[in-house]
Amino acid sequence: MPTFLQEASHKRQALLDVLFRNLTRLAAFGVLALLVAIIGSLIVGSMPAIHAYGFGFITSSQWNPVTDQFGAWIPIVGTLVTSGIALLIAIPVSFGIAIFLTELSPRWMRRPLGIAVELLAGIPSIIYGMWGLFVFAPLFGDHVEPWLNDHIGTWPLLGPFFSGPPMGIGILTASIILSIMVIPFIASVMRDVFDVVPAMLKESAYGLGATTWEVMRNVVLPYTKIGVVGGIMLGLGRALGETMAVTFVIGNAHELNQSLLMPGNSISSALANEFTEAVGELYTSSLIELGLILFFITFVVLSLARLMLYKLAQGEGRGA
Amino acid sequence: MFDLYTRRRIINLASLSISVLTMAFGLFWLGWILWTLLANGLPHLHLSVFSQTTPPPGSTGGLINAIFGSVMMTGLGVLIGTPIGILAGTYLAEFGQRGWLAPLTRFINDVLLSAPSIVIGMFVYEVYVVKVGHFAGWGGTLALAIIVIPVVIRTTENMLRLVPNSLREAAAALGAPQWKIINFVTLRAARAGILTGVLLAVARVSGETAPLLFTALNNQFYSNMNQPMANLPVVIFQFAMSPYDDWQNLAWAGALLITASVLTLNILARVLFRQQTTHH
Amino acid sequence: MHAETVIPNPKLIVKDLNFYYGKDRALKDINLTIPEKMVTAFIGPSGCGKSTLLRAFNRMYQLYPKQSATGEVLLDGQNLLDKKQDLNMLRAKIGMVFQKPTPFPMSIYDNIAFGVKLYERLSRNEMDERVEWTLKKAALWNEVKDKLKQSGTGLSGGQQQRLCIARAIAVKPQVLLLDEPTSALDPISTANIEKLIDELKQDFTIVIVTHNMQQAARISDFTAYMYLGELIEFGDTSTVFTNPKRKETEDYITGRFG
Repeated sequence: MPTFLQEASHKRQALLDVLFRNLTRLAAFGVLALLVAIIGSLIVGSMPAIHAYGFGFITSSQWNPVTDQFGAWIPIVGTLVTSGIALLIAIPVSFGIAIFLTELSPRWMRRPLGIAVELLAGIPSIIYGMWGLFVFAPLFGDHVEPWLNDHIGTWPLLGPFFSGPPMGIGILTASIILSIMVIPFIASVMRDVFDVVPAMLKESAYGLGATTWEVMRNVVLPYTKIGVVGGIMLGLGRALGETMAVTFVIGNAHELNQSLLMPGNSISSALANEFTEAVGELYTSSLIELGLILFFITFVVLSLARLMLYKLAQGEGRGA
Repeated sequence: MFDLYTRRRIINLASLSISVLTMAFGLFWLGWILWTLLANGLPHLHLSVFSQTTPPPGSTGGLINAIFGSVMMTGLGVLIGTPIGILAGTYLAEFGQRGWLAPLTRFINDVLLSAPSIVIGMFVYEVYVVKVGHFAGWGGTLALAIIVIPVVIRTTENMLRLVPNSLREAAAALGAPQWKIINFVTLRAARAGILTGVLLAVARVSGETAPLLFTALNNQFYSNMNQPMANLPVVIFQFAMSPYDDWQNLAWAGALLITASVLTLNILARVLFRQQTTHH
Repeated sequence: MHAETVIPNPKLIVKDLNFYYGKDRALKDINLTIPEKMVTAFIGPSGCGKSTLLRAFNRMYQLYPKQSATGEVLLDGQNLLDKKQDLNMLRAKIGMVFQKPTPFPMSIYDNIAFGVKLYERLSRNEMDERVEWTLKKAALWNEVKDKLKQSGTGLSGGQQQRLCIARAIAVKPQVLLLDEPTSALDPISTANIEKLIDELKQDFTIVIVTHNMQQAARISDFTAYMYLGELIEFGDTSTVFTNPKRKETEDYITGRFG
């Protein structure tokens, strides 16, 4: 009875279709569950600290395992300051690299150079850390920081930020290494969004007699600004969460100094250094709360970055 | 003073020169770091690195147990993460046209893609290490698997979207059920691209240090997956920070090894991807 | 095609122009004279080289490394293809409008002012006057005078294209190159643009590429028919359309091919 057999086989295929679809849906759902589980476990883990210190945890600059007094202020500031300085350096450099890759580079050099930039992003962060600690920091401490002391250190407003013992390691060194790490991320997003600009739009500007710089500055940059900001936020997200490179060179001191040459601490380096050695519920719990704060900050920054990049992708082809 | 036109040309020339300088600036760091690795790593990359286990302070030894641990945890992590990632990526590309699940998952996944890996380590510490009571290779595997998933999801979805719809329609016109269309036609057409994603994921996790610090930790000897397990990144971290010359030398050798393999994987993935896209 | 047509006031003279995409020869020994303050249309099937010819006039091809041209294009006797000819200054004299509207991502006012600022330092008042003059010339003033500060991308397709024409004439060029300017527009917007072109020829020398033969017949004074990179026939429009001298032209115009 062929018709009966066909019908049975048809039913089986339909069942397999449903099974397969739900299997993939389960996997997709798993990603959401993972996020909820991460946030949930961090919240549960930090409950003891939340109970003990409340909101004061964020604003307190205490960090004393002996007396069980913990506050997140110093690592939060360290994280924000290092990431901020890193962006100050990385944004203009990335913009320059993206212009070079999209407009100036000879065609045959584009691919190798693009790959080189992406290799810079591929180097594991622990390598940046080792290189920073053993190679960069000593040179920086011997040659650059004394110069900063002598020249910028005497200025009225900026001076205090750049005066202090030239030790090599510290907030400024960590920021510079972070900037090198995020340059490839920002540069490759910028290059990608610049490539989205319709050739005809650029030709229109060139057709009026605009120079390459004027086309980039007045047409390409405004056209892609959402994407560019998205790329910068993506870099910021990376910088905020970066752990190993910072841990090697920031100095790991729970101190708040005006001078950028002094050692400090960031959330991620505090976690890397202290988490496995923490004894006592409150100590561990305080560190987990630090992790929760870090996750929250990066989550917000990365969400904004993605929303902006999506918005640019949707606007594509509509003119602007 | 210059007239308007001369001024425009000077500004153009100046900014384009700066652009060339920034490119050189970026390449300069890459060159410097790679040179440092070669100069410090090559002299210490003896055969013993691949034949002896990590030494106690003050004596010589190798990294073989750490290499073994890294290969095991990376391999198993990718093995666990890849199928989940491919399934979820398939959902996003093939079934996700309607409803809230796909856009939300896509968004969360893109965020997780760059989430701080140290937090993933803490998460696994909380849900695994605390429960079993000790650091273990499986914990490290789990953490790495969680980092692999978003990378694989992103590339799987992207690659499936590159597959032309006509291919799906042709298979459907033959009367093939959807699960067969996807498994035997669409996924197969995107095979090389997805493999690229997996390679990139391997490259990404093989350098990860932070999540292993709280999960696998380290071990001076070979170990099974249920014990604390040596791995290259954590060994490099601990040895580099130590005051012993022998340990620091091994750290440089390990750093060279890990960077060489990560960069090789990266280049391999790109070459593979290029072949795939030029075939189309 | 030689000598029969008398060109009143030559503005652009093309001599032995050859154009290459890499090694492919896309234009073959083009010789052509374009009259001043008239509309000259380039027609022909796609891929015949009409857009390529147009883009040689302002050396737009120089943006792309593998494209090159030999021969001469003389603007008032000056060879534009000469390497010594300054590119930006050349482009100030020769404006261009593209297939699709390409408003810059800035306000309507700034779209016009952008090009002007490249060449002239004007006071606020002078710039306001220039913008108004330009938009009136482009028959757009009445529609946009109350929203000059709004983004140019918010306009309709036809308005955007007129904005692009306005942007091109704001720098007071001598020649206006139009590359299929109505191919992305609806019939009403197309009619508006055609009317505008007819008015603009009092002040500018206009060269238009079009795939629409009726359009060429409606608005142009002279027509060039091109095929496979060669100039097949050139003459005043009514002659080309009613009494073509070459068989190929006749076949194309009567729709037997292309």
